[in-house]
Amino acid sequence: MLPIDVIAVLGKFGGYAVFVLIGIGFGVSLELAGFGDSRRLAAQFYLKDMTVLKTMFTAIVVAALLIFLSAAVGILDFTQISVTQTFLWPGIIGGLIMGVGFIVGGYCPGTSLVSVASFKIDGLFFLIGTILGAGFFGESLPAFEDFWNSSFTDRYLVSDWLGWSIGATLFAVTLMALVMFYGAEKVEEFFRTKGTGKVWSWKITRRSYLYGAAALVFTASLVWFIGQPDPVRKWSLMEAKYEGQLTSRDVFIHPLEYVKTYNESTIKLITLDLRSGDEFRTFHLDGSENTKLDDLLVPEYVAPFSHLPVNGVVILIADNDSVSVQAWKYLKVQGVNNVYILENGLHDWNTLFADKTISGKPFNLASPPSEVLGLFPKDAFVPKIKIDSKKRSGGLCS
Amino acid sequence: MKKIAKPVTNPYFAGSILGVVLFSAYALTHSGLGASGAISRIHVALTKLLWQSHVDVISTFAVMGAGDTNPLDHASVFLLIGTFVGGMISAWFNGRLKVEILKGPRISNSMRLIFALAGGVIMGYGARFARGCTSGQALSGGAVLSLGSWAFMFSVFIGGYAVAYFVRRLWAESN
Repeated sequence: MLPIDVIAVLGKFGGYAVFVLIGIGFGVSLELAGFGDSRRLAAQFYLKDMTVLKTMFTAIVVAALLIFLSAAVGILDFTQISVTQTFLWPGIIGGLIMGVGFIVGGYCPGTSLVSVASFKIDGLFFLIGTILGAGFFGESLPAFEDFWNSSFTDRYLVSDWLGWSIGATLFAVTLMALVMFYGAEKVEEFFRTKGTGKVWSWKITRRSYLYGAAALVFTASLVWFIGQPDPVRKWSLMEAKYEGQLTSRDVFIHPLEYVKTYNESTIKLITLDLRSGDEFRTFHLDGSENTKLDDLLVPEYVAPFSHLPVNGVVILIADNDSVSVQAWKYLKVQGVNNVYILENGLHDWNTLFADKTISGKPFNLASPPSEVLGLFPKDAFVPKIKIDSKKRSGGLCS
Repeated sequence: MKKIAKPVTNPYFAGSILGVVLFSAYALTHSGLGASGAISRIHVALTKLLWQSHVDVISTFAVMGAGDTNPLDHASVFLLIGTFVGGMISAWFNGRLKVEILKGPRISNSMRLIFALAGGVIMGYGARFARGCTSGQALSGGAVLSLGSWAFMFSVFIGGYAVAYFVRRLWAESN
């Protein structure tokens, strides 16, 4: 199931080689579009040549349709795709600054690279400028670091903002792009002056354009119609990938490991207690949250858990395995990384700690201190929790 | 005899190829395309040669190159190398591989280079500010429907259109 992590699969050098290949595809497509030429890029802002808009939105729509169609039919797990984090206002201000740089200098970072690759001197000066600019930014950041880190939302999609399904959003985006393309053609016809508007190497008939547009609309409707898989369907698609961790019981942790994790200051622990409200009120672990299995099917409820920092761990407590395993599956397919199950729930809890005391005094069973671990032999439990310390960067820009 | 540069490819066709490349980037590496991160890494690598202690104190530099960390040992740098190679291959095939200064007909070469450098500085600054460049934020983020990327994309266009009138001499046609 996609996405695969080439660096994990092929090792560092093989992985880097794949990055070079993807880069070549990127460079070729930018160059083919004519983005190595500052005049063409700048013409976008004088409405004479809308190549930038057309190429960019075609690429966005095509890529988005491929991504969400693959996710809809279950060959790609969208939760594993890294979405650039949103820092809304810094992004908007930075974007405005970049727009100015774009029209003054005639390139953006990626296109200046292609320009340099085709020996354009102005591209080289621009590229040197971006290297300097990146440096100036780092030097000046302390003056406004708080603002730069403000208005943050991890993984916030247009569909979340609109409150629409991904399919409906994508359909609207596709239609919007087509309307923009039509507008761009009309605007170009109106503003194009000699010298900028050369004939395309591919003469395409009006009918081909209509077929192309129809294909996009059809694919978008298909994505909308199939819908993105819910956790239940996702589990059936992804069972092969995760089932092994359940059968080997690698995700079931001993109560003592819970105590250890609970007292670990470097770990951000979330404990979800799936028992009934009555049982929860009678006794529950400190800091745990009473949750119903159905809550875990609500994307808004699960979102904070899938956005946990790298050191975040979710531990599930239930009366019986079938409930905790079901909850584990739901969370796993929604992209929650470190999820574990407290073996046998709280059934063993009281007996395990029954006659234990610390320096002669009993301790609070709801929040056992780390000293408790010293009362047991070192090999009393097999540690299962592994923190995947590698945080996937949000895109290659950061 | 000068080799005649071929006209550029239909933008919808080039855009479709770019879309497929972007999809493969996501499918094979979890993340999209980008250039500005690697450019930043080049900056840190250069600074490191001259002034290691400075790299260690500036937070955004330290992330990439504090102590023994090699700022260039990162996937984005290899993507950048590929982009360069790909650009060169395509330019060569299409007869666009030529030493020249691209500019509007009404300004001098040196003016163009000064403005290219200045524009680059502004762009490089803005790209760090926005945590990504046009390709990384707008294109890659746009394709996964990231709200921030869409807001960013529109602000780049707004920024460009707002200033375009004042620098029209840079790009204006000769009369």
